[in-house]
Amino acid sequence: MASTYRDSDRTGRASEEEFVDILEERRCSSDLGFALRTFNPQPYQRASPFSTADLNKAVLESQYLRYVAKEIAMETGSSLEEVREEAYGILDEISQNMQLGFIRLLGYTLTKVFKRLFTCIYVNMEGLNRLQQAIQETPVILMPNHRSYVDFLIISYILFTYDIPLPVVAAGIPLAGMKMVGEILRRSGAFFVRRAIGSDKLYWAVLSEYVKTIVRKGYAPLEFYVEGLRSRTLKSLTPKLGMMQMVLEPYFKGEVFDITLVPISISYDQVVEESLLAHELLGVPKPKESTMGLLKASKVLQKNCGTMHVNFGHPLSVRQLCQDKINRCQYNLAPRDLPQTPNAEVKACVSWLAHLMVRLQEQGSVVSPWSLMACLLLQAPVAVLTEEGLPWQQFIEKTLWLRKLALDFGASLNWPGKASDSDVMSSTVALHCSVVHLKAGRVYLVQDEEPQRKHPISPEQGVMSAAVAVLMLASYRNQALHIFVRPALLATAMHITKSTQRDELFTVFGFLQELFSYEFIFIPDNMSQDFEEACFLLKKCGAVHITQNEVIPSDTGLEVLSFLQALLQPFTDSYQVAFRYLSEDAVPVFTEKQFLPDLRDQATKLILSGELHTHEALSSDTQKNVLSALQRLEAVTKLRASNQNEYKVNKAAVRRIGDILSGKIPPQNLQTTPDARL
Amino acid sequence: MASNSSGGSSDRQRIAQQRLRVIAGHLQRPVDGDSAVLAAEYKAQGEQPGSSREEKTVPRRRQEIMKWNGWGYSDSRFFFNKKGQAEFTGKRYKLSGLIIPALKDWFESTFGASLQHKTPATPILNSSAVHPPTLNETFVEELKSTGIPFSHDAEDRVFRAHGHCLHEIFALREGKFGRVPDMVIWPNCHNDVVKVVELASKHNVCLIPYGGGTSVSSALECPPEETRSIVSLDTSQMNHILWIDEKNLTAHVEAGIVGQDLERLLNESGYCTGHEPDSMEFSSLGGWVATRASGMKKNIYGNIEDLVVHIKMVTPRGVIEKSCQGPRMSTGPDIHHFIMGSEGTLGVVTEVTMKIRPMPEYQKYGSVVFPNFEQGVACLREVARQRCAPASIRLMDNEQFKFGHALKPQVSSIFTSFLDGLKKFYITKFKGFDPNRLCVATLLFEGDRERVLQHEKQVYDIAAKFGGLAAGEDNGQRGYMLTFVIAYLRDLGMDYYVIGESFETSVPWDRVLDICQNVKERIVRECKDKGVQFPPLSTCRVTQTYDAGACVYFYFAFNYRGLSDPVHVYEQVEHAAREEILANGGSLSHHHGVGKLRKEWMRETVSSVGLGMLKSVKDFVDPNNIFGNRNLL
Repeated sequence: MASTYRDSDRTGRASEEEFVDILEERRCSSDLGFALRTFNPQPYQRASPFSTADLNKAVLESQYLRYVAKEIAMETGSSLEEVREEAYGILDEISQNMQLGFIRLLGYTLTKVFKRLFTCIYVNMEGLNRLQQAIQETPVILMPNHRSYVDFLIISYILFTYDIPLPVVAAGIPLAGMKMVGEILRRSGAFFVRRAIGSDKLYWAVLSEYVKTIVRKGYAPLEFYVEGLRSRTLKSLTPKLGMMQMVLEPYFKGEVFDITLVPISISYDQVVEESLLAHELLGVPKPKESTMGLLKASKVLQKNCGTMHVNFGHPLSVRQLCQDKINRCQYNLAPRDLPQTPNAEVKACVSWLAHLMVRLQEQGSVVSPWSLMACLLLQAPVAVLTEEGLPWQQFIEKTLWLRKLALDFGASLNWPGKASDSDVMSSTVALHCSVVHLKAGRVYLVQDEEPQRKHPISPEQGVMSAAVAVLMLASYRNQALHIFVRPALLATAMHITKSTQRDELFTVFGFLQELFSYEFIFIPDNMSQDFEEACFLLKKCGAVHITQNEVIPSDTGLEVLSFLQALLQPFTDSYQVAFRYLSEDAVPVFTEKQFLPDLRDQATKLILSGELHTHEALSSDTQKNVLSALQRLEAVTKLRASNQNEYKVNKAAVRRIGDILSGKIPPQNLQTTPDARL
Repeated sequence: MASNSSGGSSDRQRIAQQRLRVIAGHLQRPVDGDSAVLAAEYKAQGEQPGSSREEKTVPRRRQEIMKWNGWGYSDSRFFFNKKGQAEFTGKRYKLSGLIIPALKDWFESTFGASLQHKTPATPILNSSAVHPPTLNETFVEELKSTGIPFSHDAEDRVFRAHGHCLHEIFALREGKFGRVPDMVIWPNCHNDVVKVVELASKHNVCLIPYGGGTSVSSALECPPEETRSIVSLDTSQMNHILWIDEKNLTAHVEAGIVGQDLERLLNESGYCTGHEPDSMEFSSLGGWVATRASGMKKNIYGNIEDLVVHIKMVTPRGVIEKSCQGPRMSTGPDIHHFIMGSEGTLGVVTEVTMKIRPMPEYQKYGSVVFPNFEQGVACLREVARQRCAPASIRLMDNEQFKFGHALKPQVSSIFTSFLDGLKKFYITKFKGFDPNRLCVATLLFEGDRERVLQHEKQVYDIAAKFGGLAAGEDNGQRGYMLTFVIAYLRDLGMDYYVIGESFETSVPWDRVLDICQNVKERIVRECKDKGVQFPPLSTCRVTQTYDAGACVYFYFAFNYRGLSDPVHVYEQVEHAAREEILANGGSLSHHHGVGKLRKEWMRETVSSVGLGMLKSVKDFVDPNNIFGNRNLL
């Protein structure tokens, strides 16, 4: 699967396209009038009128479900009736029940909410036009990234505004449990999906038939988060492949001529639940989704979150993407309704497409000045940030330097052109007053929750409090990471190896990509291209000279290289801490429940002792990623027999990985497994 | 060859006997005039009815009655008259001499074509443009001594150098000739063929059997790499019914006979084979065997493999045939199945014993309108499930329905047009059918009167369950007429920048809808991608039903103004469409065969082992590749 996908040819750079503030019109006309407007979209040309009831009936009566029900009845010994009854129940739990009336209600409420919450909501009109066209021609899958609860229904809201058929939206099952709200969402087109669906055969069957029927019939555009859930770190997540597989199968099996995938990038100046997320990462459990909770949370509506960007990417034809990747003839010899596990070719293709979509979401996202500022703030020691602060003028200059670098690397930035650069930056700081503040020409990091200061706080509490601010900063830095990550990996490789040999750098680059494969999302089997891209970008900004066999830092390149290397430093540091813990202190067999707090304690100690410089090591996300990466590198194995997520660690292997990361030994000894994660 | 003593020598005798039988048959036939409809009624009439059986449709010099660069009889063709109305010339067909008023509008609006923009064909075959023949002198010498007629006249050779693929006809219209046979031989009987094949083997001459010339798989094209002298073996003069066995209901027939002659001659004795491929006016019995042909009425009579009882084929190794006429045998793999579908690569089929049936007492056409294609397919599927398919049942999609409508001849009375209007009103307004979605199934029932009526009711009842409305005999009949004139219409299109072709596949029932939709869509997209300036006509119909699937036909045509190499574009699109068919679980071919056009997909179609099996048969039967048309393998 070596063929590269030339992203740059397809994804229009957001900056080239015109964004329109959709709230502008809402602010000068009646919300009720808007909600009651004539809604007359142009649907998919082949869709036959098909009601919700028809849809559910088609699912229940499908040959596929009949097969599976019979199989399950045989396996469990229950009667076919019972199994079918159960399937009916599952479908009832899943199915949406879209009604225009509720859409209007939602149109009304959301208008109110959005006007409060955001200064502007920018949408690229060309993207909408392309989408409108695509929806008429083929079944369309809308694939936004998921950064905030606010994402949910924003697409529906925009499509309602522009007379485009409304999507049915895959939502997490907890939302369904909310009183009233669950039902309102259901009637606005949400269908509900349980977590961890792989193991329950009947559930999988009902859900996949439901999804496939929607695609097959072109019932409505289907929207889902390929990342599976809301990213707590605002960083892209490893895509989930189950839903992707379901959505694509109608094409693989020739049930539809083509399917269009539309990547959608949503980005925020400020994410409403930023501090909630940071706390969650530090082990404070996330509040359960409930209607009461939602009402309580309505106080956030007092807050202004600045602007939101919704960038509709170029529609992609699955048929074109899968050309030469999928042999559709493989389905010729068995009934297509028969449950089949996808073969390696299909799995690889699904995985590739899912990763590609994540990459396109990244490329389409519009990066705010704040994200760039966060990149720089995080490179200063926390103590300096909280105590001394950074000189504002110097910080402005550095940020502008970074802006140039980001633009060189092809980022699309949301840097207002009208105001002066320093005004832009001070208003950005004002917006993020919960994280930083500007005082007497210096920027400071805000410590968490001032009122708690009544009691003298313990050093550990102090660490946690700083960690909240750091993790909030980190999440905004993460929104810009995709711009720098490839060259940054190369810079890190250069830093580790102290070598200029291309081959050597490539090996370490590959090692880092493998190691950080849960931190940064790369398209599988695309390493050489990623490396080439990294070289190209570093060369473009003048940081390196490239010869046939060498990558040589230029005289002026130090600033760029050290910035990039420092950008990834928190990750390498956090990983090293975890490696150290696992190879020295951890018991040979442990559960995830033990691992997280133990590691957090260890990291806290190291921070206090001054050995560790990053608070990001405290993030449960980073810690889980380490565990996944080590599993992938086969240094940690999950014990299949136990139900409690027990892991067994190979200490020598972990130590070796740590040594490679610190440059003590070269990486050739490392085992890597060929990629086909599903 | 000793086993063939009963072959050629007693021809004349047998023909005389047969003639007697036929006359006797005439005398004995009950006179029930109207109810018995001759199967050939809607096809062209070869000659005046009742003419002597010696006068067969196909003369040795085909050019006397047939076009050299288009389909069918020279006297029958469509043209736009001075008023811009379409007319069909000649006297042979029901449509002959009639004006078809709606065709022009349909043609112009469907293709974006205009009567102002003509692309006339080269009028006359320019013999000097044909390569002079490469003759194998010793072969020719020895052939002369056998007395078997032959020719190396350029016209004769050009006629046998092609089938009716678009690229073949297009080249002829431009006056371009590729490699053509160096010589044409007209054997008169089995023994003649034996002699020719012996001589060809002896002198290493390449033989290409030629029957009706209706191939649409490039099967008749001379391989350009062939350096030997190529001899076209035209079987058209081997066209006699040698005997009819009324006790076993079989007929022994020379394989060069064309469909319409076979049916007409059998009809005269009160029998029929019931095998009616759309090409039956011109295609030959030997050709059917060699390509595994399928007939429109296969639901009653079966396809060629069901009809054949005994085959005699001459190969370079000798004559292959079975020793008896047992209706079924368990004697290893059926050797008939090496012959059927061999596409002229193994030898020449010379004589075939075929099942015959008494002519049906009663025939009735019918048609059903469905609100959409999905419902239509569902109905056909149900009919197949209940195994109650009429002699023929075909489902046209909406575009073809419109096409069929455009071919309605001018109505003579205001009353008919009023009735038509009323029907249309009833279907679209009263029943709420969308004129841009509805589709039509055409039906043909055959058998004794009572049972036909009963059968008809059964089928209409099923149709009603799928929202089908009976739409009269006329529509049905016109549907079948379309089959015979569509090839003529292609010639008309080619006069005005429009090129097109049909191709077919067979597919399991659950895939029928998907394949129809996907292939049609693929054609449209490919045309767009390849720079075709106008939206193509991309339409399909389901033409046969089986227990486990159906045969689907695609029609595809487009206006090629603005393209520098329209044939190449056409071929690319057809290639893509075939890929799409295969990806959607369709077969490489249901009955057209593989020829050279679809050869590239044979391996994936039958597996490497399968291909090896076929190759080893070829290697044994014809080690020197005397039958060197290079089809299939």
